[in-house]
Amino acid sequence: MSAVLGLILIPLAVGGLLCLLRSDALRTALVVTAVVVVGALSCSLAMRPSPMDLAELPFNAHTVSQGVMAVGIAISLFLIYVGIRARNALVVLLALAQGGLMVWFKAGPGAHVAVEQHLFVDNFGVIMALINGLVGGGICLYALGYMREYHGKAHADVRDRRPFFFGLLFLFMGAMFGLIFANNLTWLFLFWEVTTLCSFLLIGYTQTDEAKRNALRALVMNLAGGLAFALAIVFLHQKTGTIELQAALKSDKALALLPAALLCFAGITKAAQLPFSSWLLGAMVAPTPVSALLHSSTMVKAGVYLVLRMAPVVEGTKVGLLVALVGAVTFVIGSLAAITASDAKRVLAWSTVANLGLIVLCGGIGTYEAVWAGVLLIIFHAVAKCLLFLCVGVVEHKLHSRDIESMAGLVVSMPRVSVMMQIGMAGMFLAPFGMLISKWAVLKAVVDASPVLSVFVVFGSAATLFFWVKWMGKLLEVVTPPPRVSKELETGEAVALYGLSAATALACLLFPLISRHYIEPFVAGVYGLSASLEQGNVIIMIIMMALVLLFPITFLNYGRGVRVTDAYLGGANVQSSTRFRTSADTVQEVAIGNYYLHNLLNEAKLAWWGVAGSAVLLGLMFLLALLRL
Amino acid sequence: MSPWTRLLIYLVAAPILGGLLAGWDRRITARMQSRQGPPILQPFYDVLKLWKKENVVVRRSQNYYIFFFLLFTVFTGGLFFAGADLLLVIFALTLAAIFFVLGAYKASSPYSFVGAERELIQMMAYEPMVLLTAIGMYMVTKSFHVHDIAGHGSLLIFALPGVFLGFLYTLEIKFRKSPFDLSCSHHAHQELVRGITTEFSGRSLAMIEIAHWYENVFLLAWVFLFFAAMPALGIVMSVAVFLFMIFVDNVFARLKWQAALKSAWAVTVVLGFGNILVLSLWSGKPAAPPAVVDAPSAPVMVETTTPKLAAQPLPATTTTDRRN
Repeated sequence: MSAVLGLILIPLAVGGLLCLLRSDALRTALVVTAVVVVGALSCSLAMRPSPMDLAELPFNAHTVSQGVMAVGIAISLFLIYVGIRARNALVVLLALAQGGLMVWFKAGPGAHVAVEQHLFVDNFGVIMALINGLVGGGICLYALGYMREYHGKAHADVRDRRPFFFGLLFLFMGAMFGLIFANNLTWLFLFWEVTTLCSFLLIGYTQTDEAKRNALRALVMNLAGGLAFALAIVFLHQKTGTIELQAALKSDKALALLPAALLCFAGITKAAQLPFSSWLLGAMVAPTPVSALLHSSTMVKAGVYLVLRMAPVVEGTKVGLLVALVGAVTFVIGSLAAITASDAKRVLAWSTVANLGLIVLCGGIGTYEAVWAGVLLIIFHAVAKCLLFLCVGVVEHKLHSRDIESMAGLVVSMPRVSVMMQIGMAGMFLAPFGMLISKWAVLKAVVDASPVLSVFVVFGSAATLFFWVKWMGKLLEVVTPPPRVSKELETGEAVALYGLSAATALACLLFPLISRHYIEPFVAGVYGLSASLEQGNVIIMIIMMALVLLFPITFLNYGRGVRVTDAYLGGANVQSSTRFRTSADTVQEVAIGNYYLHNLLNEAKLAWWGVAGSAVLLGLMFLLALLRL
Repeated sequence: MSPWTRLLIYLVAAPILGGLLAGWDRRITARMQSRQGPPILQPFYDVLKLWKKENVVVRRSQNYYIFFFLLFTVFTGGLFFAGADLLLVIFALTLAAIFFVLGAYKASSPYSFVGAERELIQMMAYEPMVLLTAIGMYMVTKSFHVHDIAGHGSLLIFALPGVFLGFLYTLEIKFRKSPFDLSCSHHAHQELVRGITTEFSGRSLAMIEIAHWYENVFLLAWVFLFFAAMPALGIVMSVAVFLFMIFVDNVFARLKWQAALKSAWAVTVVLGFGNILVLSLWSGKPAAPPAVVDAPSAPVMVETTTPKLAAQPLPATTTTDRRN
């Protein structure tokens, strides 16, 4: 109980305090302490048996509910003010609509609704809390060193608002904890809106025109999702008489279908699925820790969390099938679009969109196998993606570019970061690492539920293979050895990066345990039975992992027994393997560049088709939900 | 035969058989081109000679990747012959191929780089069809395990004709034969030189060759799976497919990579996906999770330590009626 409240309140309090602190040393001390405390609390939560009984709250829930209402109104008013200042009618309208709706609901139909459990912790919640606490904590540590450097030389033109920045990071984290633990949907909705607000403020941190524009776009799209959420609460109450998440899952599925469809829509907006992916792609204007936070531990994970929670309701319905299709389309389009991008952050963003698509696909299918696979995906994706973002952030500061082409020879100039980046990438797509295990599970779940959908998974995963390997190759390839970067990592950055690299490898080795003790009990709790990976396959995976781990050992033999020569260039080499004399007797410089398949794939066109297709699918989904099919 | 015996036989016999196949390939190709051709054992002589050569490299670590390419290729085939999960076999195969590609990237020469990129495009081209082949086999036999698929009573080819043809198409890419010898050609092509293997020599080149032998035997064994119910027919068909590959190699000119990718994906959608679509409509309901305990995704009853949560224990049968 106290751990749960602590996890919600401590980050919120620390966030508030950090807004007031101007001193760098004090801030560092406070951030480190808070991260340690939150990390320890989330671990202690994982040690306890779940689900916990949280029926008795140590405070008057009614008063808190009124407080929740007041904060909600304040946020709505602030957003309306933002909308007016930005002259954006959509923001004003959406904020007014959902604020008005909630006030009306609280005053009218929902005034006397009885709520038994305001908070709720089950194994899924524990997993999310661990991700949020540990990965999110790692990001906060990383941000300490990163933001110092950010305001040092790299972005002298950006006003230093670090107190505000760190305050928001912790506020975000606290809201995410609240979102995970809330069972009362009006509370969940408040935390949902706080994450929307925080992401809006963080994306706009630099206050450049581009940042402001992208922040507003993110706000509009997430507010649309928020409106759907508010509608879902109203409809759920009207149809089933409850506003509790767990109770809604246990109520008559036909009645809960429309609210579930609305909540899935809200989840899809927050998880940046097509047609709403553009807000996440635009969010990369923010400093790297924000991107890492949005992409791995909070925000988008809140979206897929909600979709997976709705899985038992939409399972086997046409609404579920359409949600799954939106995810499937997003997976394919996102993976193909990532091939065309050379900006490292953009590649990562598209890959996030794509992988979340897989999770939404799982949620839409909604069978026990699919949900099991979806939770696995959440875990592995959070760790590996966070690692990759943080690595790109470091590289960007040192090379002053985040173009993948400029990362050639990174293995020489920044060996440690490049190795960790490769671990992250391997974690994203390669056997026997985590994401591949989960993709495998997804594939099996999809084949069992509706084989036709598997075609999306196979094409999407083929495309992911291409863009990850060519990036890996770029890091390895050394045409002209670049100079070694003097100081690769600051302390906070090092802690975060080493920790996450270890976590990526450990998650793969320990996943049978994670699955047995957390995911399977959760899935069994919802469905009565659960999926798991077969014993024999687990052993094979571990053998593979051991073989892969042997690879670094071969480097002990580095350079022995070989004669080094120049590369073949198709002419007489001039001094080294970087220049050669052509048949026309001119000296030609060698240049190597990756394929982006621009003559085959067009990012804008892909996105357009994706948006159009998924918008139609979502429209159909609402239609079917209204007709209760 | 126990899985271990099969595995052992594969490890020993596959390189011999693979080398002989390579020898026949060269001989038959030569005859098609009105040449005499080398002795059947020539591939073995080549590899032995390569093995004794000096190790010349461009980048000092490039050969380690090739060793792991060989290691994981052997591992892949081993999994297959031991009767393991077909999806796992595919993932191991991908891992092996990625080591190969990374080695070429590491070599940092323009020609091996182009070869590596093209190899990746080819992987992207064949991977969907290869996965759909596994899925198709699963839909018919209700198991991803090679062991169960091979022991299935009926001829899979009757249920999976489209998948089989699609698989043949991607096999042509996998064998790196014309019209898909894009990444490393056996014939002299100026713009590619020797593609992905340009900078590998001596022992590493020998390892690449041996890896291909292992890989080819494994791929032909997969062809056999389509006819596993009648082993004699299976062997005949595997040989026939191999001869067909050589024939196509000699008849067709090389395609551009765009054409290779587009055509492979088109074939995958039309033949592979079409077949699976028909199959899922035909059977009336999608493949239910198999009831056997050792099957890949068999439902595992998990003890709920949390009786309060287990409010809606659904019977396992609810998962079968999912199509609506």
